Amino acid sequence: MGEPGKRVGYIRDAWLVVLLALVFGGGLAGVQRGLSEKIAENKKQETYSVIPDLVEGADPGKTVELVVEGRDGKEARVYKVFDGEGGHGGWVVAADGQGFADRIEVLVGLDRELATITGLYVLEQKETPGLGDYITSESFRSRFRGTPADTALVVVKDDPKAGNEIRALTGATISSESVAEIVNAALANVRDAIGEREGSEAGADSTE
Amino acid sequence: MPREEPTGLERFINGVLPENPVYRQLLGMCPTLAVTNAMKPALTMAAATAFVLICANVLVSLIRGSLRPHLRILVFTLTIATFVTVADRFLAAYVYEMSKELGPYVPLIIVNCLIISRCEICASKQKVGVAAADAVGMSLGFAVALASIATVREILGSGTWLGLRALPASWPGWGIMVLPPGAFLTLGLLLGAAEWATRARASTGLWKTVRMLWSWRH
Repeated sequence: MGEPGKRVGYIRDAWLVVLLALVFGGGLAGVQRGLSEKIAENKKQETYSVIPDLVEGADPGKTVELVVEGRDGKEARVYKVFDGEGGHGGWVVAADGQGFADRIEVLVGLDRELATITGLYVLEQKETPGLGDYITSESFRSRFRGTPADTALVVVKDDPKAGNEIRALTGATISSESVAEIVNAALANVRDAIGEREGSEAGADSTE
Repeated sequence: MPREEPTGLERFINGVLPENPVYRQLLGMCPTLAVTNAMKPALTMAAATAFVLICANVLVSLIRGSLRPHLRILVFTLTIATFVTVADRFLAAYVYEMSKELGPYVPLIIVNCLIISRCEICASKQKVGVAAADAVGMSLGFAVALASIATVREILGSGTWLGLRALPASWPGWGIMVLPPGAFLTLGLLLGAAEWATRARASTGLWKTVRMLWSWRH
């Protein structure tokens, strides 16, 4: 290791690895650039198709996509959801964050007053197959339905005793906690922005 | 003297049945068990694996002269990971539903030993044509294996094949075949059958066995 000549040899040996890493990196950047729009479009379509599951009675065709400035200063995606007659039904908030394996992307359905979570959907995840990937299952997602949106959710290992408690998946506590944390952070992030927006709009349509 | 390496045609034929990656080498067991609950995910997985295997084998063969022994595994992994990422993005862009269904199993192609073993055994030692023939043969063998398991599981588990109704609607659908235990049961039985067929052929010749059974019955 101490011999300088040998070390130069190591570096010379590695030229192929370095070159390949650069070429592959560039190639992947190109692929990502070429396909990211299409993938985002697919995700958007999926989002619209699941909105009726997140907010009861919602008409996906009447959904309005809003970009609001979150508390973290970044843009956040929020969908204002209307029912078939055009009445305001609720909200869907898009959120993401770190899971056990990779980033998790979720959609959170909320009632009109931002008081209760009405549904949860996992758009993207790469959690451990057979354990953490059960965060996509209906049985796990339904544990969020009806929980308060103004109190931070807490993941517990037994049956929930309080309204804001979510029972963890067996063998996937970290994945469960990640989802709860992503939901908590996203709601705290956009709550004020939505509130302000609604306040300014309330003057415009006071007949409710 | 080094042993003579097999030709492209031999590599191709070996990959399909005599050295079938799943039934003879027991490689790539994770996707074999995980995505064979129906034909569509199994074929998508087979196609994605074929893309990665063919690209990786061809590229490794092209640069085989510059490979350093102690860095070769690193180069293989780098190459495979790159093509897997390309396959993953393409699936997400053009077959979104399937990409969602396969989930983490597409990125997990990186650790499919079938691919790295072909880079090591064939592509790092032989010409591009041979490496490509080897990759195509092995990919076909992998596809045949996944499709055979998926056929049994989808027909018995859901009564359909490739989404089309294969058994009467009154078929109850054996739920266990769609679930993980069904994967182990099917793989075990088919593996046993493949082993039995190989041995029967090796000892007496398969047709001889069949004729023997036939004459014994009459």
